[in-house]
Amino acid sequence: MSYYGYFVAGAIMLTGAVGIARSRNLVHAVVCLSVSQAGTYVLLLSIGYQRHAAAPVFGSTIKPSTKVVDPVVQALCLTDIVVSATVTALLLALSLQIAKHHGTTDPDELSALRG
Amino acid sequence: MSRRVRMWMVAIAGAAVAVGMGLAFVDLPSFGGSHHPYRDAAIHGSVAHQTANAVSAVNFDQRGLDTFGEESILFASIIGVSALLRPSKEEQEAGPSQPGRVMEATRILGYAFIPLVLIVGLDVISHGVITPGGGFQGGIILASGIHLLYVAGSYETLGRLRPVRLFEHGEAIGAGAFACLGIAGAATAMGFLANLIPLGSFGQLFSAGTVELLNGAVGIEVGSGVIVLIAKFLDQAILLGPQKS
Repeated sequence: MSYYGYFVAGAIMLTGAVGIARSRNLVHAVVCLSVSQAGTYVLLLSIGYQRHAAAPVFGSTIKPSTKVVDPVVQALCLTDIVVSATVTALLLALSLQIAKHHGTTDPDELSALRG
Repeated sequence: MSRRVRMWMVAIAGAAVAVGMGLAFVDLPSFGGSHHPYRDAAIHGSVAHQTANAVSAVNFDQRGLDTFGEESILFASIIGVSALLRPSKEEQEAGPSQPGRVMEATRILGYAFIPLVLIVGLDVISHGVITPGGGFQGGIILASGIHLLYVAGSYETLGRLRPVRLFEHGEAIGAGAFACLGIAGAATAMGFLANLIPLGSFGQLFSAGTVELLNGAVGIEVGSGVIVLIAKFLDQAILLGPQKS
């Protein structure tokens, strides 16, 4: 019995979350969110992992009867990466606008509501 | 809320989440074990539809609706970035400053790699059914390949050879094609995004029915979308002069 991969995933996720809380810069916070999301990739792939199994792409050497790792979680992970990348872009665009309008990217200085 | 109070709250909540996750993890099937019921079902479905790449089968055949939702997120966030990064009234286009010096080695390698990277991108998209890869991965490679023009040449070269308007349409066409293929499945009463065209034979380039077409649609959308996205950020960084406050 081994749970090593799951705990690595949890640690990465929490590290990202702590980074967001400690952040003094919005760009830094966005990057920390990406780190946190990377934890979910590790978790998904660890769940689908099987020792000594091949990649779930069949061909002349890997027959459908061969042991392979779980393609479902790999597909989920792909979805996760795409969404993460686009959401990161959206958040960076928001940070850019905040920097233009408020002249700062420190979330602690952005307490006042305007407009 | 002061920083100190906030960090205490993070510590308490983080510890609670860590304990919860730890308790959940030890109830999961052991890491690396051989018990994978979903894998067995997914591979059965993948082989039944003549798709050699099981990950593509899951993404575009078995869970096509899910990928459609994901594509919509991509589409929406690119629209969001475009809306957020529009130049405002006060910002006039300053025009690019003098292009900086590019090392000869960078220039030669950059131009040499553009066709290579584009071919790899097209290859990854078109072989998404039988080898690792597919529309998402290949689209990103295509978009990166085009930006070698910026690394090796200059911003002006990139602007001339990369009509952003064209790629804005490309993004919409890709998303539209995905939806149309889905509706075609529903129209033949097989269900939204059903695999309705002939499946071909296992391991061939044109196998797996709609999976190949959906891969292409996603490739167009992701490639165009990422190009539009990078164009908006580059415009902000290069074309718009520093803000006057």
